[in-house]
Amino acid sequence: MLQLYRMAYRNLNRNRRRSVLSSLAVSLGLMLLMLMAAIVRGEIQGSIQSSIKLVSGDLQIRAASYVEAKSSLKWEDLVANPDALAAQVETLPQVSAATPRLFATAIVAAGNLSSGVQLIGIDPGSAANAPFAGGMVAGSLLTPGDTEGILIGQPLAQKFGLRVGDTVNLSANTSNGDVAQQTFIVRGIFSTHTPTYDESTLLMPLQKAQAFTQTQNHASTIFVLLKDPDQAQAVAAALRAPGYQVLTWQTMNALTLQTEQLANAYMLVLYLIVLAVTATVVVNTLIMAVFERTREIGILAAIGMTGRRIMVLFLAEASLLAVGGILFGLVLGFLVCLYFEKVGFYVGNLGTTGFLLGDRLYALLTAGDTINLMIAALVITLVASLYPAVLAARLEPVEALRAE
Amino acid sequence: MEVARVENVTRVFKVGEVETRALRGISLSFESGEFSALVGPSGSGKTTLLQLLGCLDLPTEGRVFINSKEVTHLNRNQRADLRRATLGFVFQFFALIPTLTAYENVEMPLLLIGKGASERRERVTQLLEAVGMADRADHRPDQLSGGQQQRVAVARALAPKPSVILADEPTANLDTANGEQIMETMTRLNKETGVTFIFATHDPRVIRYARRVITLRDGLVAENGSGGGKR
Repeated sequence: MLQLYRMAYRNLNRNRRRSVLSSLAVSLGLMLLMLMAAIVRGEIQGSIQSSIKLVSGDLQIRAASYVEAKSSLKWEDLVANPDALAAQVETLPQVSAATPRLFATAIVAAGNLSSGVQLIGIDPGSAANAPFAGGMVAGSLLTPGDTEGILIGQPLAQKFGLRVGDTVNLSANTSNGDVAQQTFIVRGIFSTHTPTYDESTLLMPLQKAQAFTQTQNHASTIFVLLKDPDQAQAVAAALRAPGYQVLTWQTMNALTLQTEQLANAYMLVLYLIVLAVTATVVVNTLIMAVFERTREIGILAAIGMTGRRIMVLFLAEASLLAVGGILFGLVLGFLVCLYFEKVGFYVGNLGTTGFLLGDRLYALLTAGDTINLMIAALVITLVASLYPAVLAARLEPVEALRAE
Repeated sequence: MEVARVENVTRVFKVGEVETRALRGISLSFESGEFSALVGPSGSGKTTLLQLLGCLDLPTEGRVFINSKEVTHLNRNQRADLRRATLGFVFQFFALIPTLTAYENVEMPLLLIGKGASERRERVTQLLEAVGMADRADHRPDQLSGGQQQRVAVARALAPKPSVILADEPTANLDTANGEQIMETMTRLNKETGVTFIFATHDPRVIRYARRVITLRDGLVAENGSGGGKR
């Protein structure tokens, strides 16, 4: 076997440029697939992280009858005494932050422009609101007692031409079905670098939001962040109580998680296509080698090398091309992914709904993806190389010896 | 002792609609230690007969025996097994593997029959000395002259201690001096080792080395007699 590999290596060296180029095809294919896998993985993981940070949290506690899609403000659909409940939840050792939030649908108008937004009542002091506090691009965060201040997202501010200190007119549904209306002052403009979220979100101190929508001392949800998201199921089980529903980030982001599985399936098809192309290059090289070395194969057959051994010789050449290509491809892939993991690339507002995407995508190369791709590249190249190998093995010695 | 025999063999090649009868019913027997020449003009069937004796090809009709065992019904792999251990080949073109050194080319058949490292080293060294190529052991074929390559090919053919060595026009691509040197090497090794040599040629200078000369014409044996047996 060692001798076969030595022969294989020397055979590849005969036409070094061709061998290197074939290997390079495998390298480039692998690099491309590593980058694609890392981007898709990064996009989905980024989306889940954005969602946890901004929308779902790791856990939410809601009234049993609350339906998220309806944003109901009826008292029976809301959590009563939310401050006390949040404080209680926050005492759990696994919890890093718990804060009440109130959601209402609203229409914001300034000048002759208006837009539907989600009004969120937040406790400005909570650590869970760090993404807003850390994302202030103008003005300042709200104070809890502010009764006429709001924060708006940067895309909305740009669309309406609003600056800090400007006023907007806000209409929102209330718990008894009326519409409340008031003029508010823009205290600050935030950006979470998640365009679809920022352009449709408006923040207000929880107390004012409750007063505005007549839901005093009630909240839509207790938004909980955990120290370790993997603990979500366990903590949710501990928190479950009659009259409440406790949701984990997995159930709240089920769509994204399903998308990840779907993406995996699509990626598999893409892997196969790209690897089939790179394998074709290797197969071509080997077919050329079979034709160039026909007489030599005849000699080997004449001195008693069996077809199986001749096949193994060509597969050894294929495996050397593949392994060389894979090793170099790994280096290229790591470097490219590293660059996009650190720097990312700007995509702006892709306008996706139901799928939170940042304005910049970052690659995320996982060990699992890398190993799967390496194995797939090797296996597909070898399987494809069976064709030239069998071609060589099937040559009739007499015919092969006659070749020029 | 008989090492090879053909019985009534014919070989018909079909190219499209055209049938060529390369052999038209030949019966011949070769004894151990023979040094025999197959002679005749181009197209007389020399190479085809060598290929049948070498189990590289199968007859259209008739039977081929190697060491008294019929080989006509063996499959590809069985024939490869037989060639590996019992038959050696020397071709007209210097049929060495270009990526391997002289040493490695001679070693190849020994690797294929699974000889151990020390045995291989001993045998290869001995054979390269026997053909006068010991000092060129590490040279690749492209670093050797035609005559030197052919001597390495003879050493390779002898490596697995075969019963028969089949040589197809071994001197055709060599100048006179190198041709004679090869024939002398083969003659000497035939005497020393007792291995049967059957070679095809139409070179009169080569024929005179043969102790038996079989003349083929149009796929039939025209003459089967003893030769000069120079030396």
